[in-house]
Amino acid sequence: MLNQLTACEAIQGLQQGDFSSCELTRAYISRIETLEPNLHAFITLTLEDALVGAEAADRLLRSKQETTPPLTGLPLAMKDVLCLAGVRCTCGSKILENFIPPYSATTVQRLLDAGIISLGKTNTDEFAMGSSTENSAYGPTHNPWNLDHVPGGSSGGSAAAVAAGLVPAALGTDTGGSVRQPCSFCGTTGIKPTYGRTSRYGLVAYGSSLDTVGVIARNVADTAMLFQYIAGFDSLDATSSQEPVLTYTLPESPDMMGIRIGVPEEYFIPGMQPEVEVAVKIAIQHMESLGARAVPIHLPHTEYALPVYYLIAPAEASANLARYDGVRFGPRLGEGEDLWELFSRTRGELFGSEVKRRIMLGTYALSTGYYDAYYAKAQKVRTLIKADFTEAFQQVDMIAAPVAPSTAFKFGEHADDPLAMYLEDVFTLPANLAGIPALAFPVGYDKLDLPIGMQLMGPHFSEKLLFRLGHAYQLTTDWHTRWPNKKDDYYWEELV
Amino acid sequence: MKLSLEEVEHIAWLARLELTDEEKNQYADQLSDILDYASRLNELDTDTIPPTARVLDQALRLREDQARPGLPPEKILENAPQTQDEQFKVPPVLGN
Repeated sequence: MLNQLTACEAIQGLQQGDFSSCELTRAYISRIETLEPNLHAFITLTLEDALVGAEAADRLLRSKQETTPPLTGLPLAMKDVLCLAGVRCTCGSKILENFIPPYSATTVQRLLDAGIISLGKTNTDEFAMGSSTENSAYGPTHNPWNLDHVPGGSSGGSAAAVAAGLVPAALGTDTGGSVRQPCSFCGTTGIKPTYGRTSRYGLVAYGSSLDTVGVIARNVADTAMLFQYIAGFDSLDATSSQEPVLTYTLPESPDMMGIRIGVPEEYFIPGMQPEVEVAVKIAIQHMESLGARAVPIHLPHTEYALPVYYLIAPAEASANLARYDGVRFGPRLGEGEDLWELFSRTRGELFGSEVKRRIMLGTYALSTGYYDAYYAKAQKVRTLIKADFTEAFQQVDMIAAPVAPSTAFKFGEHADDPLAMYLEDVFTLPANLAGIPALAFPVGYDKLDLPIGMQLMGPHFSEKLLFRLGHAYQLTTDWHTRWPNKKDDYYWEELV
Repeated sequence: MKLSLEEVEHIAWLARLELTDEEKNQYADQLSDILDYASRLNELDTDTIPPTARVLDQALRLREDQARPGLPPEKILENAPQTQDEQFKVPPVLGN
């Protein structure tokens, strides 16, 4: 089955001529045609264009020129908040339902330059605001492990597509956990990079001081390989970092000798699903068996990350989303009214309820009389959260924690309670607020056979070490190799 | 603290969002809950703590101010609901 290859295996097969890009692309298209009606991982599919691209890739591969780009012929997908020139970019919103970007995001362009073929744009919560894809105006994505459960969000379409083998890997974005939490819920691997390590140009802005572009794949090796292409300085993004990009090659032996792994007490809280706590602690023990040393640590301001994030991100969003007003993009409602009516009606009718809720919250936090009490206060506490990590990284090389307090929840579980939905992000928000990188990967399954994810968080620009440790874990475990619908041995039953 | 309907209407006006009565009532409750939750930040004394301006310690660099080609205007205008003479068209901004 070609669609079950890893991205690294697929590239090797293409280059060796074991199969053609057309054969590989058709394998994914056939899988998409079978499963997409049940999963709804994509908002827009571009399968015909993909086949045209695959034919061109095959001509290039057959020519055996040294200048053939390294990823020539590899099908991928990207979250529908990243612009791909000429293909509509909806951001999961009705307000952009007919927006065709005239340019590509830098991260997308770098992958195109490396030779990839796009299969389509994956589903997302509207403007990446959500933890389940239930906020997509185009309908939710279903979790491949159990269709009654959400895939996580907001990059739920990318994670579900990778988990189900519709694509070997996909781009996602992470503002408050939107790469890691869907990886945790779908059993995939994903990197949320250091802020500024990947360009935000062409990523439709949500929370500009938090937004990052990451990779979602089936394992750490594929994640690191693809991340190599998207990482790096971009003059088109004012906050892009000029820090040199390291070579993310991975060692062949699973060595963690001498690595100090911090285990923060604040990430193991009452009320979390016991299986998640057990699986993450067993994974940490496994890392100790590879030579790492687990060190109990404290990140005392962890509990404040949630209120800080839900003031700062909505405040930034309220400014960023001011541009959707029926003038330059999308449909226009309230024609014949005055300009203010036109703005308000277009925005009021075409934004979904979560987006409006966050715009309202952010507008309030920035408004006269409340700015100091909410927005400025949140930015000060953000300094304390950042300082927690700086201090911790003087004692440890890396911090290990669960990605989410539970495995994938059911549709509608948090429908009427936004605060309960926000609590899903409690373990992922701190890394965004501090701008540090984090790698998420599966470390077990619960009794319903739903994946459990763990994250390793490191200091700024420590992606190489994160990949090394995650890879060492995956060289010696097989959680990441499982496919949905193989109901064989239950992890939980083995434990108890 | 409970937001009043008038406060919700004022925020909606600032944000240029036309809301239904049902939405106004719903947001009054939900935003009040979220702001109550956020008030736990007041447990922390932050008088001497500077606000975060950027997460990385690196200074932002300036670049040369050079003219560079941008996207052609007709490409940009393709996404607009109404255009005229290579410009976005809107209703009169000042009174009719």
